[in-house]
Amino acid sequence: MQVNRRQFFKICSAGLGGSSIAMLGYSPTAALAEVRDYKLARATETRNMCPYCSVSCGVLAYSIGDKSKNAKAEIIHMEGDPDNPVNRGTLCPKGAGLLDMVHSPNRLKYPEVREAGSNEWKRISWDEAITRITKHMKADRDANFIEKNAEGTTVNRWNTFGFLASSAAANEPGYLTSKVLRGLGVVALDTQARI
Amino acid sequence: MTNHWVDIKNADLVVIMGGNAAEAHPCGFKWVVEAKKERKARLVVVDPRFTRSAAVSDFYAPIRAGTDIAFLGGVINYLLSNDKIHHDYVRNYTNAAFLIDEGFKLEDGLFSGYNAEKRSYDKATWQYQKDKEGYAMVDETLQSPNCVFQLMKKHYSRYTPELVSRVTGTPKEDFLKICGMMAETAAPNKTMTVLYALGWTEHTVGSQNIRTMAMIQLLLGNMGMAGGGINALRGHANVQGITDMCLYSEVLPGYLSAPTDADKTRDEYLAKRTPKALRPNQMNFPQNFPKWFTSLMKAFYGSAATKENGFCYDWVPKKDGAYDAMAIFERMHQGKMTGFVCQGFNPLASLANKRKVGDALAKLKYLVIIDPLATDTSEFWKNHGEFNDVDASKIPTEVFRLPANLFAEDAGSFTNSGRVVQWHWKAADGPGESKGDSEIMAALFLRLKEMYAKDGGKFPDAILNLAWPYRIPAKPAPEELLMEISGKALADVTDPKDPTKVLVKAGDQVPGFAMLRDDGSTSCGNWIYGGSWSQAGNLTARRDASDPSGLGQTLNWGFAWPANRRILYNRASADLAGKPWDPKRTVMKWTGTAWGGNDIPDMRPNAAPEEHVMPFIMAPEGVARLFSPIMADGPFPEHYEPFESPLDNNPFHPGNAKAKSNPAARVFKSDMDSFGTAKDFPFVATTYRLVEHFHFWTKHAHINAVLQPEHFVEIGEELAKEKGIKAGDKVKVRSNRGHIKAVAVVTKRIRTLDVDGKKVHTIGIPLHFGFKGLTKPGYITNTLTPFVGDANSQTPEYKAFLVNIEKA
Repeated sequence: MQVNRRQFFKICSAGLGGSSIAMLGYSPTAALAEVRDYKLARATETRNMCPYCSVSCGVLAYSIGDKSKNAKAEIIHMEGDPDNPVNRGTLCPKGAGLLDMVHSPNRLKYPEVREAGSNEWKRISWDEAITRITKHMKADRDANFIEKNAEGTTVNRWNTFGFLASSAAANEPGYLTSKVLRGLGVVALDTQARI
Repeated sequence: MTNHWVDIKNADLVVIMGGNAAEAHPCGFKWVVEAKKERKARLVVVDPRFTRSAAVSDFYAPIRAGTDIAFLGGVINYLLSNDKIHHDYVRNYTNAAFLIDEGFKLEDGLFSGYNAEKRSYDKATWQYQKDKEGYAMVDETLQSPNCVFQLMKKHYSRYTPELVSRVTGTPKEDFLKICGMMAETAAPNKTMTVLYALGWTEHTVGSQNIRTMAMIQLLLGNMGMAGGGINALRGHANVQGITDMCLYSEVLPGYLSAPTDADKTRDEYLAKRTPKALRPNQMNFPQNFPKWFTSLMKAFYGSAATKENGFCYDWVPKKDGAYDAMAIFERMHQGKMTGFVCQGFNPLASLANKRKVGDALAKLKYLVIIDPLATDTSEFWKNHGEFNDVDASKIPTEVFRLPANLFAEDAGSFTNSGRVVQWHWKAADGPGESKGDSEIMAALFLRLKEMYAKDGGKFPDAILNLAWPYRIPAKPAPEELLMEISGKALADVTDPKDPTKVLVKAGDQVPGFAMLRDDGSTSCGNWIYGGSWSQAGNLTARRDASDPSGLGQTLNWGFAWPANRRILYNRASADLAGKPWDPKRTVMKWTGTAWGGNDIPDMRPNAAPEEHVMPFIMAPEGVARLFSPIMADGPFPEHYEPFESPLDNNPFHPGNAKAKSNPAARVFKSDMDSFGTAKDFPFVATTYRLVEHFHFWTKHAHINAVLQPEHFVEIGEELAKEKGIKAGDKVKVRSNRGHIKAVAVVTKRIRTLDVDGKKVHTIGIPLHFGFKGLTKPGYITNTLTPFVGDANSQTPEYKAFLVNIEKA
């Protein structure tokens, strides 16, 4: 019999319910109480990866919300991916807490600004944040961009602006970040690879 | 890693040094346990602390932090003096036979060519002797006093077991026992794997720590073998991928050395980076540099990159000096920077000398934080009592905080430490208004482009013409980006031997980097990822874990760069004739017509053994370097003391103060006064990770914060007694740069060592705590660490510095 992972959970939860009730002496048809469905049976399983150390363990993320139009997915459980040849289903004490990382109360939810000299954060819109940041960047770049060095060599660099890039980002945003920054002339660029 | 996680199971001896895989990489450490259980492999751990890796080892030896080269140089001496090397491997696959310039020498701890003013070397005398055709000269007998083998023997003859023990504090008999265990793997069919991490890199001699062990692995013939190699256990889940994408100033994606002011024209730039083979018949693979670079420019600038404008060479910013993280913060501290962005990076906590970093940030006009979490850096301006004692009203920096998605909230690929690129899928949206990193970069870029198009400004060309072929410009899809990274043909790519034969049709994805061209007919964002998304689709998303060889290669799971190769230098796993050194663990063999086996050959597939094409194809020599003419601080690793050392001098060169610490290590003049001496700070400190935490992230996750809630430091029983400190006491740990307070853990795990005739105590300091998070608010460990970097990588010396300790 071919059984996928989700069907397997359904069979297990049904089997567990059936046998334990039978053991208590009830006839299954006359059951008054019913064992709750295994909660992951109706969750959507997504293959993901632990973002912590470089073992990069395969992770299964289970979310409620079946991807229908108005259902917003919420991750309710995470565990090691048994298919992944490196971690083979295991997670360490760091990775076992991934759900708490996803739902950390310290997640940032909105763009914010702390004005010069101020002692507090202020919520702003994405549009305002991007407008203000890019105004700063353009003013700085136009004032300090170096097209030619003292010898007259074309150097096209902007070295009054710096960027520390994330090693938690995937390869694709990493590449895009590199492309954009080189395009702007940025040379003061580094990443956790160094430290 | 030259090998990969699962391959650890194929080892006969596992050495963990400069790392603690059981706690920092637990699910990878599983393969060490597998090797012990299934192969009866032995595990050796050398570390200043008796770690959890040590707890399950077959043999543990303590070592003073920062003396790994003394230890490993001693191992080289042992192997050479006792003739425990893999002779055929060393003679054929390394540069042991190469003749070096007669002017090369080491004198009083300094190699020839030292310039004290610049703290750097002129490497003119570190070069090979060359014949009329420009090939390096060799002495196959290995007898010439100027051949690498003899120079190496002479260099390490000074590393006697007695001196090794005196410098490292490792008992002599422990050291010799480990030498003996390593020496057993000189047998052609025995292998040792080496697992290291930041415990080797985070020193002013970091690169040379690793090189010393690489030399040992070459002498033992363990490179390219299943269960062998030099394996860096890296930090983040995608730090390997971000390194490959080259988000740092020295290189462009695919490790293409970035242009500097000295590279005035494209031709000069390419000529300097396109080496000629140093021995006849060698592959000299970097000769393809122009193809990789031109294809990158086509990915960056599309149709704007033409032959006529040198494929936009002038648009690439040229470097005029160092721009690594420490150099950036030094510039910022000098008031030379206006703006700064931290994308998923928390420098206030993770860079050395927190005070300097905080002072530097306060000199910026604007700071932008792109992060999923409220980081310590994002509140560098805010008073958090004793933990961050600043006055917000006096800090004029405007700070923006942009919410970014976490791993589960975006699709994309991560590259693990074993270079295996694996795709992951999105499980849910991020909270509130958070966005993905690509979307945030697109928002910043597209707005700037709009402003430059409308209002003009300095050099708008590179901005207005940056290729942006994404279907939804504001949301470049990860699939589109990986296809761009992997590369495609812009015009038909034809066979150089038969131009009528089309190898890749215009518009198709390239099957690999061999199809890239330097005439603008191909585009590729990162040549080493070439073929990761071929016409067959997204190979990083493959999930066939079948393993017919039983070696754990899983060639159809994800995609390993380069070319889906799982073990680098795998041609070296077979002898000159192409017969595997160990047929039971065949990685590669000559089948009579081609190279085949259980991996993608790291060799031209039809290079018959009699052609003598050697296995190290990325080196113009074709062989591995026991002597390296390109390192910044010496062609052979030499022991130097950490910048903050408990000793008065370097016991290898007691008469020369200049040779106490790495003479070529990078140190800024303004930081010279920030170093402390053993008189005021008598104890060696080292920083590390705990099994329950990951960097400065998991202090924001409830369960991890419960498991390990408060900052502590570990001290040995002898020091505790001396200082009257009991377990659970609050202690103050001071360096010359500041202090932290934490709870004392008194432990047998840290021994007091006998070093150069005196007792040296070590203090262990976990790094995970800070003033933001769900853990108990605490000090930032990097308040204590020194702002000085490795000569080659500029990585700060977090792992060996001086402190004092007292009851708080």
